[in-house]
Amino acid sequence: MTLNRRQFLASGVSAAAAGLLPFGAFAAERKLTIGALYVGPHDDYGYNQSHAQAVAKLKALPGIKVVEQENVPETVAVQKAMEAMIEEDGAELIFVTSFGYFSHAVKLAPKYPKVRFAHCGGLWQAGKDPANVGSYFGYIDECQYLNGIAAGHATKSKKLGFVAAKPIPQVLRNINAFTMGARSVNPEISTQVIFTGDWSMPVREAEATNSLADKGVDVVTCHVDSPKVLVETAAKRGVDVCGYHADQSVLAPKLYLTGAEWNWETVYKAYALAAQSGAPFANMTRGGLKDGFVRMSAYTAATPAKARTAIDGVKAKMLAGKFDIFKGPLKDNTGKEVIPAGTTLVQTDLKLESMDYLVEGVIGSTGA
Amino acid sequence: MSELLRERALVLMRAPGSFALAALPTLLAVCSALAMFSLFLLAQDVSPLEALRLMFKGAFGSSFAWANSLQRAAPLMLTALCVALPARAGLVVIGGEGALALGGLAAGSVAVMAPSLAVKAAVPLMVLMGALIGGLWIAFAGMLRQWRGVNETIGSLLLSYLGIALFNHLVEGALRDPASLNKPSTLPLPESWMVGAMPGLEVHWGFAFGAAACVLAWIFLRWSVPGFALNVVGGNVNVARLVGLPVDRLVIGACFAGGAAAGIAGAFEVAAVQGSANASLLSGYGYAGILVAFAARQNPLAVIVCAVLVGGIGASGSLLQRRLGLPDAATLVLQGLIFANLLAWEALQGRLANWQLRLSSLGARDV
Repeated sequence: MTLNRRQFLASGVSAAAAGLLPFGAFAAERKLTIGALYVGPHDDYGYNQSHAQAVAKLKALPGIKVVEQENVPETVAVQKAMEAMIEEDGAELIFVTSFGYFSHAVKLAPKYPKVRFAHCGGLWQAGKDPANVGSYFGYIDECQYLNGIAAGHATKSKKLGFVAAKPIPQVLRNINAFTMGARSVNPEISTQVIFTGDWSMPVREAEATNSLADKGVDVVTCHVDSPKVLVETAAKRGVDVCGYHADQSVLAPKLYLTGAEWNWETVYKAYALAAQSGAPFANMTRGGLKDGFVRMSAYTAATPAKARTAIDGVKAKMLAGKFDIFKGPLKDNTGKEVIPAGTTLVQTDLKLESMDYLVEGVIGSTGA
Repeated sequence: MSELLRERALVLMRAPGSFALAALPTLLAVCSALAMFSLFLLAQDVSPLEALRLMFKGAFGSSFAWANSLQRAAPLMLTALCVALPARAGLVVIGGEGALALGGLAAGSVAVMAPSLAVKAAVPLMVLMGALIGGLWIAFAGMLRQWRGVNETIGSLLLSYLGIALFNHLVEGALRDPASLNKPSTLPLPESWMVGAMPGLEVHWGFAFGAAACVLAWIFLRWSVPGFALNVVGGNVNVARLVGLPVDRLVIGACFAGGAAAGIAGAFEVAAVQGSANASLLSGYGYAGILVAFAARQNPLAVIVCAVLVGGIGASGSLLQRRLGLPDAATLVLQGLIFANLLAWEALQGRLANWQLRLSSLGARDV
């Protein structure tokens, strides 16, 4: 088990690796304190919960102690919280889970060269950022594509809804993947997108969900920090839901088709075991379904049988590394060709990380 | 006329009594809030003594804890002035968050407009721009009140929402650094522009600046003629008009000064912490400043103490979470209790003063 993870980790290690310890050292049971910081509440049914759940699993590992802090704003408070974990609790590995924490981790890292700062978001650059800072991220658009297939089979009105925070590349990629998944079922389907403007806007998320339902949308999904409000509002309106970040099926048991979830457990275990044994720190790890970085929520009674078959088929291809979501010819929703025919952008292609368009079939605008 | 002024001055000087007496309601409120908080902890199966000990340790128990508390207090002093200064003119301004955001944006935009500026010119320019834009924003709330009769509490809050929307619009649009893909930000400040820590401390210069601003505000209010005039406006606006004070100018000026303080808080957040203007600026310092100002009973000197206290509560939350597994909301509960208790003690004190007045007037009639 441990060996596999090490191998997996080693494959993700980029050029710069920090102080190595001999590999053979019998250090598996070494005491290790891990810190984790969340930008919101740890039980938000969303982004923060997905991290906290994975961190909670680490507590079961031998020799590992976990200290956590939630609701840490992206100010100097992050630096102080991390420093307190290091100084007062002796933390040697810190999961810096919010995108906006990165600059703070970079600032603090040189002061504590022996502490590993693992940041979620994929911003670390070799040569520029400290070697004891690393980035991890997952290709969750694969799961949003599968969500789209579920939605495509479930919809009767052929109108889907997507409540999104901001028109940034990560979010656009999810909206596009979701829409393309649905249109693979039926090309007449369209997705209406509504941007709320920020990551946590409960009132606007509820308003957006209601207005989508008013327009005849019968499946919704989202990309905001906590999908709780959207799922509950959809449940009240009798609209089907595809989840995001974590499993929200308990909030709408009869309408939850499936969901795109993070599976940080894989990543966190690898980081924890490496820190415990002194194996090199992976400065850049990324992965999708195939690598176990993301997963789908379990099917519910609401998931149509046809959708299950279709999803399982595509998922098998994704797991085998034989499925690419973004390939030409692909047009955006203004009719402009964004990927020419014959071109395929694989998941790791950096072009996908500066996505600034909405694909054909999405109703809405990036506002730029 | 000058008779009247002098009399008013004497009343004003005597009324709050000594500093200690003025601090009494705040101290009582903190004590009763701690008592209620202890009950809350007991309900959570946590020993209040252990929790309070940890809170003290996390806030003021070591040099690291002190730095943690002071660092958090730095912006709070300035946003508290945004409430406390207009309050001297009898206004309740709660729109500091918007002024902070726009002040920070103004500071960040210096790096966009003049990236080759020398650091000696850049930092003062950033602070100045922050003060100007933040000041104008709150002054606008004052103008709406004086000239259009718009309630300043609601006006400033709505303006704050507008300011935040404008901030987001510009950060995600015209002023966006195209390289900031998933976190829209303005162009990063050149490394040499970043404001560092004060010598021997791990607290950035924003703290010294905030404390100095509070002391200056206190001196201004207590010893200067316009400061005195402002107190007259706040004490009784009719008297102020009667003696021919320029009420509009004083009120709008106080709003400008308050907004400027919040704008400077934003400028320091950009120059000392974030390195560019982005959504991380909007972390609630403007709203927390309201609590600090009320706890300080709008006295700028007391603002320093209360800001450190509230900063300390924020710092102590960390240990409560890590050692006792309490949710972050625990410190919010404490902050809420302190605020509610403050209002209660203020109301009680007002009522007691009323009774006293009534009693003494009864006594006077008897004689």
